[in-house]
Amino acid sequence: MRSPLSIRHLAFLIVALAASLAQADPRALAQPAAPQRLDFDDARHLLVRTGFAPTVAEVRALEGRTREAAVDALLAQTRAEPVVPPPAWTTAATLPEDLPHPGMTAEERKTLRQRERARIVELRGWWLAEMRATPSPLTERMTLFWHNHFATSEQKVRDARLMYAQNALFRREALGNFATLLHAVAKDPAMLIWLDGARNRRGAPNENFAREVMELFTLGEGHYAQADVAQGARAFTGFTVDRVGGQAVFRPRLHDDGVKTILGARGDFDTDGALDVLLARPETAMFLVDKLWREFVSPQPDAAEIGRIAGDFRASHYAIKVALRDILLTSAFWDARNRGTLVKSPVELVVGTLRTLDLDPGDMRPIAAATSRMGEVLFAPPNVRGWPGGDAWINSSTLLARQAYLARATRAVPDAAMAVSTRDASASGSVDWPHLLLPLPAVSDAVTEAAAEREPAALIRATMLDPVYQLK
Amino acid sequence: MNEGRRRFIRAGADALVTIPIAGAIAACASAPAATKTDSANAAGGYARLLILVELKGGNDGLNTLVPFADPVYYRLRPKLGIARDAVVPLSDRCGLHPALQPLLALWKRRELAVLQGVGYPAPNLSHFRSIEIWDTASRSDQYLPTGWLTRTFAATPPPRDYAADGFIIGSYDLGPLDGGARAVTIGDAARFGDRARSMHALASAGTPALLHILRTESDIVQAAAQLRTDVTLATRFPEGAFGNAVRTACNALARAKGVAVVRLTQNGYDTHANQAPTQARLHKELAEGLVALAQGLTELRRWDDTLILTYAEFGRRPHENLSGGTDHGTANVHFALGGRVAGGLYGAEPALAQLSTDGNLAPAIDFRSLYATALEGWWGLDPRAVLGGRFETLPIIRA
Repeated sequence: MRSPLSIRHLAFLIVALAASLAQADPRALAQPAAPQRLDFDDARHLLVRTGFAPTVAEVRALEGRTREAAVDALLAQTRAEPVVPPPAWTTAATLPEDLPHPGMTAEERKTLRQRERARIVELRGWWLAEMRATPSPLTERMTLFWHNHFATSEQKVRDARLMYAQNALFRREALGNFATLLHAVAKDPAMLIWLDGARNRRGAPNENFAREVMELFTLGEGHYAQADVAQGARAFTGFTVDRVGGQAVFRPRLHDDGVKTILGARGDFDTDGALDVLLARPETAMFLVDKLWREFVSPQPDAAEIGRIAGDFRASHYAIKVALRDILLTSAFWDARNRGTLVKSPVELVVGTLRTLDLDPGDMRPIAAATSRMGEVLFAPPNVRGWPGGDAWINSSTLLARQAYLARATRAVPDAAMAVSTRDASASGSVDWPHLLLPLPAVSDAVTEAAAEREPAALIRATMLDPVYQLK
Repeated sequence: MNEGRRRFIRAGADALVTIPIAGAIAACASAPAATKTDSANAAGGYARLLILVELKGGNDGLNTLVPFADPVYYRLRPKLGIARDAVVPLSDRCGLHPALQPLLALWKRRELAVLQGVGYPAPNLSHFRSIEIWDTASRSDQYLPTGWLTRTFAATPPPRDYAADGFIIGSYDLGPLDGGARAVTIGDAARFGDRARSMHALASAGTPALLHILRTESDIVQAAAQLRTDVTLATRFPEGAFGNAVRTACNALARAKGVAVVRLTQNGYDTHANQAPTQARLHKELAEGLVALAQGLTELRRWDDTLILTYAEFGRRPHENLSGGTDHGTANVHFALGGRVAGGLYGAEPALAQLSTDGNLAPAIDFRSLYATALEGWWGLDPRAVLGGRFETLPIIRA
């Protein structure tokens, strides 16, 4: 046990040395002298971490590129619109009688509830179909990141159209501008319902949104006081939701236009003014970069790097691509020791499995049900903090659900596996499935045994059922 | 790792010998041996079951135990206040929310204790931070990495042949069992046993995330072996999410050789708006569920060996808001139930005329006193190392 400890000690010294160099020249870590070219593992790592598990062809297409070139290519491909058309009802006009209203019979109410339930299920299926089909997996990963950051649940909003509109907003600004996104979210009808903004009015403040915008969307816990929440709540007054039009409406009469003091700033702030106070604080960029680090790099953010990247992020006035580019070009992102340190979310697990094997289940609604059993119900995060993620994805109940899904999915594999093997093998040798599918060596003997048998379907099945396949 | 930690030498399947390390804090070293004491004693070790019921979101205590004799209550609650003739009276000053009526039978049998003003000093009004404080039993300004039960079980492990240290039902987060306890999350006891047949336990590990997966696999294998047996209960369980959780708990308890803790979660108490119908529905489910739980445990002959405690991150603001709801508050009302519980009212009536500048209540009972009662009064363990200090136990357990 002595030597690993001393190696770790040495590694720590190197990191400390690198950190002190980085202080002298903040660019030292970000721009290594010689361009580093991606090998198969690097290319696979970049694609899994920024998207869903790739096909072998996608990995090979990135091999040999420099880190900068590969990252810039991913950032250049991002989208603001989906490729799969959303359900028709998302854009159809709504009539007042389509919404719950007094005087409805019990039967009409029930019909309406059933329609809403079916729509949400359809919406989940549509989003997963988009994730499976999109040419820019990073766009969908960031759309999901924002859904988790501004976690809003249909269980309170109870209007699938509004949930779709919010999803479209998250996609539009997925890799756009965080300040723009934050301002739009504060006036998003689903959010106004979810955190009671639509009930927050002059003389009758409701603190729900004000607290969560500070604690969870911008500053983080410990960087504001209860008085800031109470004052912020006053600034956010005045919005209501027009349920028929599906729009937020600002009603000046309901807005408290008095002077407020938020985080030491004094003024007759409204929603935009109060959000600008939050965006002006350095904690906001730190909080977001820390969260992005945990999403893309490792469970252990590096404080010096977070500070540097947050500085760039703030200087860019919150251009999300600036932060993400910095993060994807840190040495920590590429470090072999950080591979296999993150647990795939249920959505990443199911969509990645479909993409890497090029499977199309047709109806994606059962896939949505599978992610729900694994603890990730799209459009219904457990609370406003979103899904805790990381190791918390895995407990005895969700691990069984994951294994059950993989056992089922790999039953359909033989044909697909043969197709993929044949197609890609003709280009450049046979597919090394464990290498493609796992971030670390397999721990189960079944993989070694299946590899020896030279039977692709059995090997894919054994590899996907290996615990290491849960990691990225 | 704390300094008062003890070293344990395993001397057989479940017999444990504790040897305090020299230099351990004096309070700890002088404490009586903290494992299995005879059930003739006041406390009976892990043969006694602890069931925690989390009222997630922060149940409104003031409308749980209504202080109808206090006119300030009706001034603070012009819309949400529950009229004196609607409450289920427990004394001449207070009574239960009408939807909690099913609990009255337990109250009359003196198996229900109602604890008033449970909270902690310098309260935090964030859901997440406050439940973390409760789950880790920390001070408000202290960050601890493990749940209070995880620390308990690390110091004094439940018998190895138990299905698990704890069953988690109705929630994915492990709460007080986070950070290393053998906690098994169960959706359905029978299906759990069946589906787990395909799992295989493995020993080696690469990253912390992989180690976590392999540990979870190993916990599943052990629990599943026990949960596979077939049992049918005569108790009828109510419909709904909480009723299902209670049913799952009873089914798992019927099958498992042993488990020290069950944690049930009922969701939905964050009632910022339109609180009245939501709380009424949740309270009905809660009361019916707890009554079914008592029946199920009686059928399993476990009722006299079970202590049920409710908890939540916080109570709600005494002054209702203008959305027909209540915002985050502090001290709260909680229940203790069980065959050995000394029923009655504990703590102090809320001092509604003396609210803090934030408009919140001061605590009358520190939540760690509740935990100390479970650790010492129920299991016979020394609670001081786990809770980081001395907290009074509550006289809610009959000898």
